[in-house]
Amino acid sequence: MAEKRDKVLVVIQLSGGNDYLNCVVPYENGHYKDARPNLKITDDRVIPLDNGLGLNPGMGPVKDLYDRGKVAIMHGIGYPEPNRSHFRSMDIWHTAEPTKVGDKGWLGQAVQELDPNGENVVTAVNFSNGLPRALAAPGVPVASVGDLNNYGLLTGIDGQQQREKALSTFNRIYSPAIGSGAVMDYLGKTGQDALRGAEILSTAPGKYHSNVEYPDNPFASSLKGVAQVHMADLGTRVFYTQYGSFDTHADEVKTQERLWHHISDSLAAFYQDLEEAGRSEEVMVLMFSEFGRRVKDNGTGTDHGSGGVSFLVGDQVKGGHYNEYPEIETSALVEGDLRFNNDFRGLYTDILEDWLSVDAKPIVQGQYEKNRPFVGSTN
Amino acid sequence: MVTSSSVSQTQLISHLLRRAGFGGTREEIDSFVKIGYEATVDHLLDPPTVESMPQDIIRRYHVDQSDLRIQPATGSNWIYRMVTTTAPLQEKIALFWHRVFATGQTKLIQGKVIMTQLQMFRDLGLGNYRDLLLGLSRDPAMLMWLDNQDNHNGAINENYGREILELFSMGVGNYTEKDIYECSRAFTGWTIANEPYNAQKMRNNTARPYGYIGWQFRYDDSDHDHGDKEFLGEKGDLNGEDIVDIICKQRATARFIARHLYHAFVSDELPVPQWPHIGPRDPEAIEIMADAYFKSGYSIGEMLRATFNSDFFKAEAARNARIKSPVEVVVGSLRLAGGYEWPTWDVYDANASCGFMGQSLLAPPSVEGWQGGEDWVSTGSMMQRVNYASKVLGDAERPGVRTMVEELSREVKPGNAAALVDACLERLGYLELEAATRQEIVDFAADQVGGLSGSAGESKNFAAERVVVSILQLAVATREFQMA
Repeated sequence: MAEKRDKVLVVIQLSGGNDYLNCVVPYENGHYKDARPNLKITDDRVIPLDNGLGLNPGMGPVKDLYDRGKVAIMHGIGYPEPNRSHFRSMDIWHTAEPTKVGDKGWLGQAVQELDPNGENVVTAVNFSNGLPRALAAPGVPVASVGDLNNYGLLTGIDGQQQREKALSTFNRIYSPAIGSGAVMDYLGKTGQDALRGAEILSTAPGKYHSNVEYPDNPFASSLKGVAQVHMADLGTRVFYTQYGSFDTHADEVKTQERLWHHISDSLAAFYQDLEEAGRSEEVMVLMFSEFGRRVKDNGTGTDHGSGGVSFLVGDQVKGGHYNEYPEIETSALVEGDLRFNNDFRGLYTDILEDWLSVDAKPIVQGQYEKNRPFVGSTN
Repeated sequence: MVTSSSVSQTQLISHLLRRAGFGGTREEIDSFVKIGYEATVDHLLDPPTVESMPQDIIRRYHVDQSDLRIQPATGSNWIYRMVTTTAPLQEKIALFWHRVFATGQTKLIQGKVIMTQLQMFRDLGLGNYRDLLLGLSRDPAMLMWLDNQDNHNGAINENYGREILELFSMGVGNYTEKDIYECSRAFTGWTIANEPYNAQKMRNNTARPYGYIGWQFRYDDSDHDHGDKEFLGEKGDLNGEDIVDIICKQRATARFIARHLYHAFVSDELPVPQWPHIGPRDPEAIEIMADAYFKSGYSIGEMLRATFNSDFFKAEAARNARIKSPVEVVVGSLRLAGGYEWPTWDVYDANASCGFMGQSLLAPPSVEGWQGGEDWVSTGSMMQRVNYASKVLGDAERPGVRTMVEELSREVKPGNAAALVDACLERLGYLELEAATRQEIVDFAADQVGGLSGSAGESKNFAAERVVVSILQLAVATREFQMA
């Protein structure tokens, strides 16, 4: 029997606006064919699913997981008065604040609940440079890892021995014993947290033993890093990754398919890796994008739209469709875009309450209808 | 050597250059010490030359910096300017106004209009605040950023009318909702030229919704609300110019701008949303600056001159009391290390690094800009800050570092660690460390020097250079280097 482990969330942010219609494709729908004269995905290329829907040709491995009941498709997801700026819309998803500019990330606040005293500096680990606002919250340490194998402070010092000595000096000159005043104390604590986080994370690759081969694409190293850190049992509860750009104003068909190949292949390897280690039960993956794209194509691509699709993938996910696919008929559209029918704050509530076990209301600021997509969550 | 008992001219001038610029090299500081502190202030406010890497050279190397469509192009273009300029305060004040009048490229999609706005900040940013606020109200990037092209006679859009009061001049608590409405009415008809054409472009081409060229301001009298208005107690058929005049007369405006300047040039203040509730750190300083504003006829440059020459600016408590912004970390490191004689792809790394540390130029997180202060520092950004500075100052191929290494490697000899470290700190713009920090680095240096005898296979000179490089890298990895 596997021991009971803390549940872990892995976010894959599909940056740039993943085109919903060519991701989960209503390929039998006449309105879809009319709206996409240049870039519809035809019967011979689509990966058929069910209910007249299919997946982008790049998503074969996602289909396999779907067939095993491990993929929940969240249709028509969005928020009222959609914003079509990448930046603003991504911000809204990150802060769960559609009406005013929020400064705290939804996951940063969740981490605050999970580790109120900031005891574990690697409760949240981000696999990219820079801090996504989703993870930003006062006093929440987040390790931002570009490359796990070369992660740490003072990486510019060449000689290994020299660097080790420099790091031990670094630790001492950031200690509370040195320095005066609140600002220096704050810098000291942050510097030491950064150093500790790097030291803890650097142990992960050495502890990791796996026969699973990850594909050779730019995204795979992120998910492999997640697997390494997760299996090293460092207490990380939230992992953040991102991939893109899905901003396919032009050359959409090739670009979106290629990106989904990279993500799907990586995801399949990741899932297999977890399964072989008996660690799939406690991991759940969320894939989301800041918006969907315009229903009508522009010749070779599509422009910014609203209403999109999110996915949950995991052993404890109840696979299938959640909510309706929005109407594609022209008269049903809002300014040429799909009308959202599923507030993303409901999905956040599912994840916060029923996966991470933290109170969702203060984070999403209200009560939103849940989707109940997990095994054991009641309808 | 500086004495510990009193603040030296060298320390004061290094302080001034960190605030009014991006920090000085040892040579720059030494030459300013010769002309004296007040003359240095004058020099910074009124620089004899304004030169930076020429745009035509940059564009020959980087085609995208002609097009200026996406952030890596615009941000990098500005980094070139900040690293190579002979007038650093001009860039510092442009950065200052970019933070206060925060305008984002992401909403506007094209970057040229914001680059034009930044040029206005350089041209007017140290001058008369009235000219600047009028320039801002007519600035096409600002008009579109805050939707004033949608502000029509009979159909008011309050976005600009609200923010000019709340964020750009007085701050919350000094006007009513009615004033916002009347202010917005006064700015009806302030729009950009050829809007229907731009709207058509937007429908046709979302990648370049407003075309390739910069936009122009247009005042459309037929769309202006000529009715009577009352704003802050003054009545009449007020137009935007009248509103700006009334705003500039307010003591609240002078204090609000003074507090912003204090936050950027003197000491970290509270986040702006708290200002209506909690008074300034140093109310007396704010009044001194506000007095300078009125005495000079609204001159920002004179507010700064009064600041730089004041006791509160020169006070021990103000020196090294501000957390550097990411741009200050990046540009400051590059100006010390050198290497921007010609265009270099390195500039894109510099620009991206600012973003990784939380300050993506031309892409402020909101209309409120960046809060600054402790907001700059998280575990992730701390690592970026430390690693960036130590990478740049550890690159002996850069001419500035090369010179330091060649001069200092001669000092690498047993028993000389303290002098070696002090010499390194001097060359890092007279970087001041806490005594205990310095001692730790001296111990590190002594250990490195001691290890040299065993470094067989390496030439002695090369080994000595490596010791110097590692001391420089550690010195810029300190908390003290994070402060300005």
